[in-house]
Amino acid sequence: MEQKEQLEKQQRERRDFLSCLGSAIACGAVTVAVSTASPAATAPTAGSAVPPIPDFDWSKHQWAFGVDAEKCIGCLRCVEACKRENNVPPDAHHFRTWVERYVTLEGEDKARIDSQADPANIEASGAEGQFRFANRYKDAKVEKAFFVPKLCNHCTHPACVQVCPTGATYKTEDGVVLIDHTYCIGCQYCVQACPYGARYFNEEKGVTDKCTWCYHRITKGLQPACVEVCPVGARIFGDRNDKQSLISQFIQNHRVQVLRPETGNAPNVFYVGIDKDVS
Amino acid sequence: MDALFHASPFTGYVYPNETLIPWTVLIVVYPYLTGLVAGAFTISSLYQVFGFNQLRPVAHFALLISLCCMLTVPIPLLLHLGHPERAFNAMITPHTTSAFAIFGYAAAFYVILLVLETWFVFRPHIVHQAQQQTGVLQWFYRILSLGSDDVSEKAMSYDRKWLFALAIIGIPGAHGLHGYVGFVFGSLKSREWWSSDLMPVIFLFSAIISGTALVVVLYVLSCKLRKVSVDLSCLKVMAYSLWGFMMFTLLIEGVEFASLVYRGREGIEVIMEFVKGPLVIPFFILQFGVGSVLPLAVITFLIWRGTSGTALVVGITGSAILVLLAVLMMRYNVVIGGQEISKTAKGLLAYHPPILGREGLLAAGIVLLIPMIMLSVMVRLFSPWHDATRAA
Repeated sequence: MEQKEQLEKQQRERRDFLSCLGSAIACGAVTVAVSTASPAATAPTAGSAVPPIPDFDWSKHQWAFGVDAEKCIGCLRCVEACKRENNVPPDAHHFRTWVERYVTLEGEDKARIDSQADPANIEASGAEGQFRFANRYKDAKVEKAFFVPKLCNHCTHPACVQVCPTGATYKTEDGVVLIDHTYCIGCQYCVQACPYGARYFNEEKGVTDKCTWCYHRITKGLQPACVEVCPVGARIFGDRNDKQSLISQFIQNHRVQVLRPETGNAPNVFYVGIDKDVS
Repeated sequence: MDALFHASPFTGYVYPNETLIPWTVLIVVYPYLTGLVAGAFTISSLYQVFGFNQLRPVAHFALLISLCCMLTVPIPLLLHLGHPERAFNAMITPHTTSAFAIFGYAAAFYVILLVLETWFVFRPHIVHQAQQQTGVLQWFYRILSLGSDDVSEKAMSYDRKWLFALAIIGIPGAHGLHGYVGFVFGSLKSREWWSSDLMPVIFLFSAIISGTALVVVLYVLSCKLRKVSVDLSCLKVMAYSLWGFMMFTLLIEGVEFASLVYRGREGIEVIMEFVKGPLVIPFFILQFGVGSVLPLAVITFLIWRGTSGTALVVGITGSAILVLLAVLMMRYNVVIGGQEISKTAKGLLAYHPPILGREGLLAAGIVLLIPMIMLSVMVRLFSPWHDATRAA
């Protein structure tokens, strides 16, 4: 009799345990379903936590960047300054900013495009850490030619932030997309998601990296390094909250355009003087 | 010292950062493994839930295959991460808009489900072994029995209810998990080659055929090793499933490719250059010709002729091996191919995987061997053939 009772008790306990487990699994499934259903296109900001930067209130600024391609002379000082300022690996495969050259020859419909990272240009410069455009079209009949500086677009709806599994990359209150290198797991999903090729993987650090608009400088009232060194004023940076700032004036006085608007990323780098081939 | 990175040569114009391919052969292996999980689980479920009794000889074996592949899935991902020690950040502080973060939960949920189902399936065996074995093995089985040694008819009928329920949840679980892998790629708007609503469906159906093919190959191999005759009716049902799912996969892949070409959006010239050039061997010859059309023709011929005996076993096994190759090539062509087409839509990259190194071919090959090694241990511990021998 006692044995029978004990057996029944054991069976009851086992049933309870399994029911419990079943409920847990069901709860898990619901959680996953709910999380998956959350709106995908929202780009969460860093929240209300204010970074401890002296004399800087990020809620008072809204940074933006302008590129006047009409002015760019392709001197590549911006690329060099950026590499030095931000410790970007000094080779031809890691860039926070780069410059593209578009050349249309007579009788051709499409522009020939290269950047300073093109093997022919590296050969002309003599080393990967030196930057210059080779004079490769000197004997050709050039119909149209211009340069286009490129950098992270610090999009309003950044695809890179959307896909980051840990939230290591995030959008600041003042409109800059940053990466927390102490939290990034190095999966490179963000590198894939960026339609502009603005992100790269730093193999030495095991994390992704990209342009920050020199956040360490702009929060101290300085200009980004690339803007600072540009000899012709092709790069414009400033605060859109200040209607008198250079960037506000630039956007107000020109018919600006952004790269790949069809992605819905809503970039915050505004271009003037680019052509149909630029994307 | 090993080079820190391997840059890919290119033609046309590509963004400078694109010369380093972000996802390498390890990320080819990862969806391949999850696909095998879903496929093998399908075979097991066809018996467990839908009562395909012909599949009885492989049902439990397929479950073990599924479990071994699933336990290996995190390895290629961890090997690939720049900071694998931070991998759990994605689960501790998940970023809910990220397909990857949610994948962690979906995968963990499925692993629990798979382990539970395996435990229920093999519980009688575990209890039996706990009573028969001595020494360390006895302790091993005793721990695995979780203190439950009741194998009376009443308890077994209770177990069967659980098995049925777990298999029912497991079907959407396994298939959802793998369809979700397709979503990880298909939801990216930055790459025309990936950005397709059909991607999850293609991934799912190719998963089912690869898993079925793996069960076929390993079952036949195990029969040879155990010197047991192959159950032909079981093999035929698997061949029929393979045939049906392959037809569907090919159709969906065809539709996807046709709409990509027909839509002809920006960059289609470069895509066509890619398709007609570097993709001829890996896609048209290996994936489509040798891996899909040939096995489909062979299986059709075998069914049509009513072939039996050794010829049937050889024909179906050979076809299954080709299907395994085709799906591996499909993963390669999607994952690597997508990155070889530049985001500029004006250039192509040529990725040549290194042999050595953390993300090399050797590492990927070893990762693919791990579930096989695990399986060879598992079949000794859990004897999935119990049903087959009893039925014989």
